[in-house]
Amino acid sequence: MIKVRVPAQLRTLTGGVGEISVEGSTVGEVLKGLDAAHAGFAERIFDADGGLRRFVNVFLDEEDVRFLDGLATPVTDGQTLSIVPAVAGG
Amino acid sequence: MDFVSGLRCRECGRTYPAEALHVCDFCFGPLEVTYDYERVASVISRERIEAGPRSIWRYADLLPVADAAPVDLGAGFTPLVRADRLAAELGLGELWIKDDTANPTGSFKDRVVSVALTKARQLGFKIAACASTGNLANSVAAHAARAGMDSVVLIPHDLERAKVTMTSVYGGRVFAVEGSYDDVNRLCAELTSEQPEWAFVNVNVRTYYAEGSKTLAFEVAEQLGWQAPDHVVVPIGSGSQLTKVAKGFKELYEVGLLDEEPSVRVSGAQAEGCSPVATAFAEGTDAIRPVKPHTIAKSLAIGNPADGWYALDAIRKSGGACAAVTDAEVLDGIRLLARTEGIFAETAGGVTIATLAKLTAQGVIRSDERVVAMITGHGLKTVEALTDVVGPTATIAPTLESFAEAMAADAVSTQRSPL
Repeated sequence: MIKVRVPAQLRTLTGGVGEISVEGSTVGEVLKGLDAAHAGFAERIFDADGGLRRFVNVFLDEEDVRFLDGLATPVTDGQTLSIVPAVAGG
Repeated sequence: MDFVSGLRCRECGRTYPAEALHVCDFCFGPLEVTYDYERVASVISRERIEAGPRSIWRYADLLPVADAAPVDLGAGFTPLVRADRLAAELGLGELWIKDDTANPTGSFKDRVVSVALTKARQLGFKIAACASTGNLANSVAAHAARAGMDSVVLIPHDLERAKVTMTSVYGGRVFAVEGSYDDVNRLCAELTSEQPEWAFVNVNVRTYYAEGSKTLAFEVAEQLGWQAPDHVVVPIGSGSQLTKVAKGFKELYEVGLLDEEPSVRVSGAQAEGCSPVATAFAEGTDAIRPVKPHTIAKSLAIGNPADGWYALDAIRKSGGACAAVTDAEVLDGIRLLARTEGIFAETAGGVTIATLAKLTAQGVIRSDERVVAMITGHGLKTVEALTDVVGPTATIAPTLESFAEAMAADAVSTQRSPL
């Protein structure tokens, strides 16, 4: 299972829960699994082409998945995926 | 009374009330403060502004919070200095330096923090927090102290010593994070979900915070006799300042403070070691690829700039350009500004001056333009960068002979004319 950290903006979809465990072998699969468990995630985090919206950052443990293989990045049990709004800082 | 009509998502247009929100709940796009410009126009005037305080608060009608006693150390209304000697070196005509080193904690961040914490206090927050490359840390810690708020500041562990000291001295909590600024920023973005009662000035209060940068444009126009310049050069970290400077000139016209519709070319300055916006500009794309920064210009070392797209858009729409300069050019830029105008800038200012020089050499910035360069932070904050670059002419014995010998040696080694 992959632990997914959900930001405050998306907790209306999870009944206020900030951490959810989901099955999947890639980042994309985990995020789709999240949508299957809590409908509404997909339209919020994916754009029309199925990629990550430009103001959504996803981190696999410490690393931004854009520096890895994006949604195709493989994940293994025990890792944490964090969804984080990109608009911050500076 | 403020003139805010609400918040609006820059991406999808959804609207929100003026609360502690920074991103759209639906698409995560950034929220922007919207104003009732007709009402602003009905009360604002040059005279009303000129009779106001000598700080950013003279422009309160165009800021997102009204407060008779704002959280204020005197940010803003910094000198706009005519820079003829630097202009002559670069081959420019009319050049001005907006000297924001003169702010209370030595950088433009005092503008945004004064606005952010005034709004945060109005929203009921008791704790001020931020992710910072240093300048913001200094300013948040100082303004929080002034306001009697607790502060929690998170910075990368490898910041310049002065910036760490200038933050810690105010007595708040300071956490040095083992990681880059982008790591710190991500941590703070996550902390915001866990600590909703803290005002992270550049996260959950960012919508208001960013508006403070408009005052750079307001002041430049007022100090030029209520005229917009032809071209401004602005350093890019997150891209927020550049975007808001462009917005500021437009707003002045919108509310009737400028006679002519301004057409200000806005150009961006980055360091090569962290140039995601300059790279996208050069490649002609809209896609800003995040980078891992490596530059001495640590205050601009944001590899994943939140407002990168909007900065790029503002640059392109205005007919400006964006360029990146090497660390060696940054150091040359710092020394050039100091030598010609007597202003000591931090590394970000070196980036601005070096980019100004580069774009002028390329013919992008022209000698028939009235140009303003934004110098956003004081050189004392980043003295390490110059440690092996400048120093005493010579170390001498306290004797006339030793002095004469050293003067002669200097004349030979530097080819400076004898005094």
